[in-house]
Amino acid sequence: MIKVVDGNQAAAFGAKLSKPDVIAAYPITPQTPLVEYVATMVARGELDAEMVEVESEHSALSVLHGAALAGARTFTATSSQGLSLMYEPYFRTSTLRLPVVMCIVTREMISPQSVWGGQQDAVTVRDAGWIQLYVENNQEVLDTVIQAYRLAEDKKVMLPVNVCLDGFYLSHMAEKVEIPEQDDVDRFLPPLKMDYIKLDPKEPISVDPLTPGGLLTHYRKKHMEGLENAKEVFEAVDRDFGEIFGRYYHGKIEPYRMDDAEIALVTMGSMSGTARVMVDKARERGVKVGFLKLKMFRPFPKEEFRELLEGIDVVGVIDRNVSFGFSSGTVFYELKSALMGHHEPLMASFIAGLGGMDITKGHVGTVIRFLEKIQQTKRVEKEVIWMDLEEEIWEKPLTR
Amino acid sequence: MIEIRIHGRGGQGAVMASKILVSAAVLEGKHGSAIPDFTFERRGAPVKAFVKIDDQYIREKTQVYTPEFLIVLDPSIKTAVDYYEGIADNCTLVINYPKLPGDVPEKVKTIGYVDANKITIPLFGMPMVNTCMLGAFAKVTGLISLDSIKHGISEIMEGMKDEMLEKNIHAAEVGYKEAVIVEYKGRD
Repeated sequence: MIKVVDGNQAAAFGAKLSKPDVIAAYPITPQTPLVEYVATMVARGELDAEMVEVESEHSALSVLHGAALAGARTFTATSSQGLSLMYEPYFRTSTLRLPVVMCIVTREMISPQSVWGGQQDAVTVRDAGWIQLYVENNQEVLDTVIQAYRLAEDKKVMLPVNVCLDGFYLSHMAEKVEIPEQDDVDRFLPPLKMDYIKLDPKEPISVDPLTPGGLLTHYRKKHMEGLENAKEVFEAVDRDFGEIFGRYYHGKIEPYRMDDAEIALVTMGSMSGTARVMVDKARERGVKVGFLKLKMFRPFPKEEFRELLEGIDVVGVIDRNVSFGFSSGTVFYELKSALMGHHEPLMASFIAGLGGMDITKGHVGTVIRFLEKIQQTKRVEKEVIWMDLEEEIWEKPLTR
Repeated sequence: MIEIRIHGRGGQGAVMASKILVSAAVLEGKHGSAIPDFTFERRGAPVKAFVKIDDQYIREKTQVYTPEFLIVLDPSIKTAVDYYEGIADNCTLVINYPKLPGDVPEKVKTIGYVDANKITIPLFGMPMVNTCMLGAFAKVTGLISLDSIKHGISEIMEGMKDEMLEKNIHAAEVGYKEAVIVEYKGRD
């Protein structure tokens, strides 16, 4: 079935088709319509799930802890300050190895007050043990929610997954989406079966007891192994998905026009489509540029990046976030450290699209020209560029 | 690619109109994307919505800066917003106005006007002009058929009461019928 839906609605369809048993969510801009869509599906009887209206995001995720421990498939979604309020149960979700799927409709963090887009909320919790997948368009929103359950519930993984969709640029953007058939989704995604811990009144167990450091260290190592396993499992999940639904997303990182590339652009989220357009344009000028769409930000696909960037002269990373304290975009510095000791291209960090600012074709085109200059001069004069604050140095306005 | 910008006030349905246009384009086998301008969501505040339509899939998720088509749901916002900003040469203006508007820049080559307030206030009790203006848009531009607009209304307004749906479809039909098209040669 073809429908015109926005990103929030696409996520709701993805959740519905995955047949969660329990949903608990608290509305927050720009995720609010997602909760409304899901609640409507439950109210209309289209989705047979327990919809729990909670008084906060902290409760939303805590409700899902109980539900997941009792063997339920669970779903929630949040943004920005809501995610902040979730921080305590957020960590516990992953350290308890609960396969919760949560959409983060990414939004800027305060202060100053902002309700608009930006990936600051999601990237800031990158080290809390969840898997994070960032998507480019509404079809990918829907498909990735379904894939997320297969990944989360894989016995080699057993970890919660965030599907991160850009606030407004995806959540409120409407486009054509194919809604998969339920039978196909059922074929792809078997029901959840919790093997290890399960709350059962007939066989009472204590979950999360006080644990000494030595044992806790074992848990941390196994958690990390679960994350590492997710890299391989996700490739298989994506391939299986492609076979059933005819849409394959190239797993953790999608390379685009990289075959003979000398310059590479790295993007994450909705800006990736614009990057494709501008890479095509630069190719028409004869520039050997390609781009990598980073889908799996956690675990960070270090090995694959090393392989894909082997022999590349210059790499530019556009970040819709900042790393306070590392003083660059977050993906930039993570990629830079991943490449250390391997082939190390010249690299520059571009910060753009904060607080709902558009990342236009002009932005991406300007970034490519900047990278060409670095390739010619073989030096990086300025490592971190704030795209929208340095407009006077660009040849033309970034909106053109 | 065709780029359309819709200007109105919060509550007039600019964002819904943008989605209806995409739904209508998709029905005709095209691709489309609609993005609202994310300013303050308040009734009465100036709002914008951006629509792109193309034969190919639209990859860029960006706003519209140089529209060839402009839909103005409420011309009174011009004290707050320059809705002509960035318009392309050969722009087509579809405006909710009872007569040919003055003060139109020369880049506008075609004007379609319709008194959508007069049509919609009796129907809805308020100037909810979006669907009426889409009917006018279909006639003035010929880009999308009225039937497709009606389909778009049914898809995007799914879940609304039948009576509301019928009223909106009626508003689109009247907007289509009553829109006046003027080839604009600049100011006299």
